Amino acid sequence: MMPSGTKVKEVGTTMETTIVERKKQTFSGSVARFRELGLLGFILVLCTLVQLRNPSFLTLENVNDLMTNTAILSILAVGMMLVIVTRGIDLSIGATLALSGMIAALTVSKFPELHPLLAIVIGTAVGLACGIVLGFLVSRFGILPIIATLGMMNVFRGLTFMASGGKWVSAHQMPGSFKSIATGSILGVNTLIFIAIVTYIVFYYFISHTRTGRQIYAVGSNPESAKISGINNEKILWLVYSIMGGLSGLAGVLWVSKFASAQGDTAMGYELSVIAACVLGGVSIAGGSGKISGIILGSILLGILNNALPLINVSPFWQTGIQGSIILVAVIINALVKRGVDRNNLMRRKI
Amino acid sequence: MEQRIVTNRRPFSWKSFLLQWEWMLVLIFIGINIMNMSLSEYYWSFDSLRDATMTFLDKAFIVLPMVLIIILGDIDISVASIVALASVIMADLYTMGVPMPLAMLICLAVGTLCGFVNGLLIVKFKELSAVIVTLSTMIIYRGIAYIILEDQAAGKFPDWFSFLGWGYVGPVPFILIVFAVFAAAFILLLHKTTFGRRVYAMGNNITASRFSGVQVDKIKLIVFTLAGFMAAVTALFLTSRMGSTRPNVATGYELDVIAMVVLGGISTAGGKGKMIGAILAVFLIGFLRYGLGLVNVPAQMLLIILGLLLIVAVMIPKIKLGKQGRI
Repeated sequence: MMPSGTKVKEVGTTMETTIVERKKQTFSGSVARFRELGLLGFILVLCTLVQLRNPSFLTLENVNDLMTNTAILSILAVGMMLVIVTRGIDLSIGATLALSGMIAALTVSKFPELHPLLAIVIGTAVGLACGIVLGFLVSRFGILPIIATLGMMNVFRGLTFMASGGKWVSAHQMPGSFKSIATGSILGVNTLIFIAIVTYIVFYYFISHTRTGRQIYAVGSNPESAKISGINNEKILWLVYSIMGGLSGLAGVLWVSKFASAQGDTAMGYELSVIAACVLGGVSIAGGSGKISGIILGSILLGILNNALPLINVSPFWQTGIQGSIILVAVIINALVKRGVDRNNLMRRKI
Repeated sequence: MEQRIVTNRRPFSWKSFLLQWEWMLVLIFIGINIMNMSLSEYYWSFDSLRDATMTFLDKAFIVLPMVLIIILGDIDISVASIVALASVIMADLYTMGVPMPLAMLICLAVGTLCGFVNGLLIVKFKELSAVIVTLSTMIIYRGIAYIILEDQAAGKFPDWFSFLGWGYVGPVPFILIVFAVFAAAFILLLHKTTFGRRVYAMGNNITASRFSGVQVDKIKLIVFTLAGFMAAVTALFLTSRMGSTRPNVATGYELDVIAMVVLGGISTAGGKGKMIGAILAVFLIGFLRYGLGLVNVPAQMLLIILGLLLIVAVMIPKIKLGKQGRI
């Protein structure tokens, strides 16, 4: 009779532990589950507060302005998410954006008859080339992403100045068709927003429903086991940086078209906003996790902040500091949430 | 019984001594000087070279602690922002009527505090890499500098303050003497103390170091705090040289500094490299810039050269390693 008795006792303790575990679902554990919901709630609260301070915030004009600004940021955030998922970081995208925007602008100012679609293709191709070079350095030579992108950031920035001879390409040099990329609309939606939405749909399908997309996550969460299970890590890394480059190129054309000027210092430091959007959206800097829905919300939140701070009379000089603090707080919250999740997992294992 | 003497040093061999990366740097350094001499006839004179060192030594102060950080396998990209913040606070306090010596002390304190905060965040939140922590503090420190000064310049320091950046002791620039003292101190710290050996140990295997009783957190904290302090020293000399300061000073210094360290043969994987290599690299890049500046190479071209130099410097050891692996 002894064995069965102990068995009953054992079952009893397991049940007990499960009950305790249910109760002890740590706060941070539940935050992880409802992260997007929390972010959405925060956005709504923020909007209400800003609206109370300045009623011109939620006007059609301002919201449209906000959305078109956020569109470029969110396109870049997709690429950055993929890079961060593979445990990397790309500091060169601001420079890539400037270079491809500049080359596209120079091309259309030389050949005003060019179809705007072709300008987009040229810009994207330049960005893609930059990304391929970076990917080559990171994947083949195993250079730390931060060092490689820091170095190439300067190279691309220098090339931008060299290409333009230090001059600007200003609005009157660009044909109307090119400027209308940003102002026109497809199916009643502004082109920028339309392109962003298409990008999101394509990449949502790519990262959650294709083999290569899933492999990106595998490489990020554990490079060794990814390699052992037959994934070509080098190829994935190369692909990720190339995608990032291509998207920066696309964003470069859209940027130049939107602001109707291409300068040597276009989008200086913009990479930091993009990283901020990713980190806010819950992309883990340790690699392996990140969701499309998260970075949409992250980009929108950042876009709202950039748009709303001037509206409620916060000096523009505060914006840098606020942005930095947001990144820091977001990464710390991510870290704490991860600790909570890990603790939960450990407790679940204790039987 | 035969007694064997076991030394903890490898026997000296000329071959391995001469095959060090540092000699390579010396060769490149000579090459750069020959190139510069052929490019410009004004290059090779004592006065010109002496004054050239004064133009690039300010950022060299940060190179010294950055060597420690990269040997640890970490990175600190917030140093340039610390320079800006320390410099801006010093200038702001002085314009508000604080006596200059006190303002300078506060400048050093601010830098040290910034470095300490970096270290604390990195030690307390081990999940976060130094990259992301210093990336966010980089924006925050620069942001605070902008909040303090907005887009204005502050300056009008007392006359004696310019001695730091422009003064001579006999024929030698003051900044060179200070740098030599700090460099000697850091060489001793890294190569002759237990602290230095522990830094190497942590760079090679942090877990093993922790289990063998090295207080890894404490050492990391000290190293990052040192970086903050040295950034403040840079702020003193840079501000003195420029005579005034703005929130956007020292932009891009982190790239210069990291490029110098990496070119100096310090491996970004951690645990490898010598202080002297980085010091050689400081002079190498400094003279390269000065020489190219003499023949009017545009600043953007220098940007490209520096970026490529950084990439090539990190690639060379990888190529060597790859060949060894294949054999």
